[in-house]
Amino acid sequence: MGRTLAEKVWGDHVVRHAEGEPDLLYIDLHLLHEVTSPQAFDGLRKNGRRVRRTDLTIATEDHNTPTLDIDKPIADPVSRTQLETLRKNCADFGVRLHPLGDDEQGVVHVVGPQLGLTQPGMTVVCGDSHTSTHGAFGALAFGIGTSQVEHVLATQTLPMAPFRTMAITVTGELPDDVTAKDLILAVIAKIGTGGGQGYVIEYRGEAIEKLSMESRMTICNMSIEAGARAGMIAPDETTFEYVRGREHAPEGADWDAAVEYWKTLRTDDDAVFDHEVVIDATQLAPFVTWGTNPGQGAPLSESVPDPASFEDEGAKLAAEKALEYMGLTAGQPLREVPVDTVFVGSCTNGRIEDLRSAAAVLEGRQVADGMRMLVVPGSVRVALQAVAEGLDKVFTAAGAEWRHAGCSMCLGMNPDQLQPGERAASTSNRNFEGRQGKGGRTHLVSPQVAAATAVLGHLASPADLSDVREPAGV
Amino acid sequence: MEAFTTHTGRVVPLRRSNVDTDQIIPAHWLKKVTRDGFEDGLFEAWRKNPDFVLNDEAYKGGTVLVAGEDFGTGSSREHAVWALQNYGFKAVISPRFADIFRGNSLKNGLLTVVLPQPTVEALWELAESDPSVEVTVDLVARKVLAPGVEAGFDLDENARWRLLEGLDDISLTLKDEDSIAAYETRRPAFKPLTQQL
Ligand code: SF4
Repeated sequence: MGRTLAEKVWGDHVVRHAEGEPDLLYIDLHLLHEVTSPQAFDGLRKNGRRVRRTDLTIATEDHNTPTLDIDKPIADPVSRTQLETLRKNCADFGVRLHPLGDDEQGVVHVVGPQLGLTQPGMTVVCGDSHTSTHGAFGALAFGIGTSQVEHVLATQTLPMAPFRTMAITVTGELPDDVTAKDLILAVIAKIGTGGGQGYVIEYRGEAIEKLSMESRMTICNMSIEAGARAGMIAPDETTFEYVRGREHAPEGADWDAAVEYWKTLRTDDDAVFDHEVVIDATQLAPFVTWGTNPGQGAPLSESVPDPASFEDEGAKLAAEKALEYMGLTAGQPLREVPVDTVFVGSCTNGRIEDLRSAAAVLEGRQVADGMRMLVVPGSVRVALQAVAEGLDKVFTAAGAEWRHAGCSMCLGMNPDQLQPGERAASTSNRNFEGRQGKGGRTHLVSPQVAAATAVLGHLASPADLSDVREPAGV
Repeated sequence: MEAFTTHTGRVVPLRRSNVDTDQIIPAHWLKKVTRDGFEDGLFEAWRKNPDFVLNDEAYKGGTVLVAGEDFGTGSSREHAVWALQNYGFKAVISPRFADIFRGNSLKNGLLTVVLPQPTVEALWELAESDPSVEVTVDLVARKVLAPGVEAGFDLDENARWRLLEGLDDISLTLKDEDSIAAYETRRPAFKPLTQQL
């Protein structure tokens, strides 16, 4: 019987297989950041262990870093200690680090791909659940806990229990105003936050094949919000073109050998998935979340659902609690929900294409009175590219704040937070209670919806802007 | 890691599904660089509400948390497990756990037990009608026992063995160093390196 893409990549990394035991998998790339690594390095020290492969390991600072005044000492002493701890650990153990102020600094999942370190057929891990992002290249990439970080540092392997396979086939083409973010939010609403549990999801079909690498990363990024271990997309010409020429891309004969291998990384025609879901791309529309988990979403054109309409008792209770927290009432049209903060950024939507599409909507327009809009590039490289294209000027001219790269308001570990009761349209990935600041309320949206919402002051898509003025240069 | 064989303690009924790791331990607690001292951060936002179950004197000292489905969703932060353990929990029961959370728990000796929703409901009712009631979570017999409740649970044999013995994964893996080195000689040359050594 044929094998799926995920099974092929897994199979190529088995160091040891024994009946009744987890497989020992070799890890090709280990990404580190300041939050989930200190206790792991401590463990190494305590046991007198070293980092086995510093040449397969790389660290950056992202979760705690400020997005303003980055040349000044970090105000929060606890954040500063955590960054200093990472710097010391990397220096002591010989790990390559891109600290705040470095041109390669940024959100760990933006940095790996842009350096060309993320390539098809690799195993990639990081002490961060959104490691699933790297699956967009046809890599098997998953988030791990701190004990596992220590394990990979010490052994460059991980014992892993087998996974199940799920195919999500997206047929047809996405309508013009529908983005990868809308698609993945619709997928999660359909299968639920636990729907992917135990699975590696492979996204396939015409709509997926037509997506750019950056959009594919947006999709795979949020696989974890559906509960999946990982998300993957088979590598193709789009993937190869993205990797080609990057700093760590193979060259010459190595490139040819790599591409030859990468071309084998497709699910065989006779392979069987444990579960299959089909989604018709042509029926999708801009999508937003109304609740406090990423599965509580609906098309923007709809209204806040009535908890009584959920058949499942647990879902009903969850919806009631969510509406109470979000300050919404059943039946309220989503388009009429007023918003006071817009955040464009994160490892979901903080890459250059995301900034371009938000800027295209904002060009020649103004953010609404009283609206705070933060634009936080996913990495310094993204920021430099945006400046080269003049996007920063578009944002600031519209009244948005152009910030330094990092995770920022995606989780509010730095000063960029919502105040209690504030309501954000956010291009990030989690709308959990208090995720963006204590008492803050989050609606997950695409960059286009974020920008249109910033202009109108309520949840909106670019189509709603036609009466404001025709967008220039789109 | 601490070994887990069997544990008897009082139940804390948490009637919520989708308990994500941002609720278990909010992000600002993640700045700490140690594995302890997270107990005050556990369910920090919910604990502001006087009606929250952890604020109920009757449930103080409970060691078995019983929650709705999809417990531990979201972030990979192992701090969520440390916070539960620092607070005093030895086991968590839910109809479904997020994968990474479950893996993290097993690595730290916090037992996660999957039981069907009706059994969870029965344990909730039991603890709500009598907070002093005790439940036994027996990993040797793979059973949860409480007055009127006897439920078997599954756990893969290898994970169970590691828990029962309190084994350190890294030492186990390092016994295979030869296989790791052999694998490294087979790795294709085109795979990227982060630095030349
Ligand atoms: S941008 Fe958000 S989701 Fe991504 S790594 Fe940072 S905190 Fe996590």
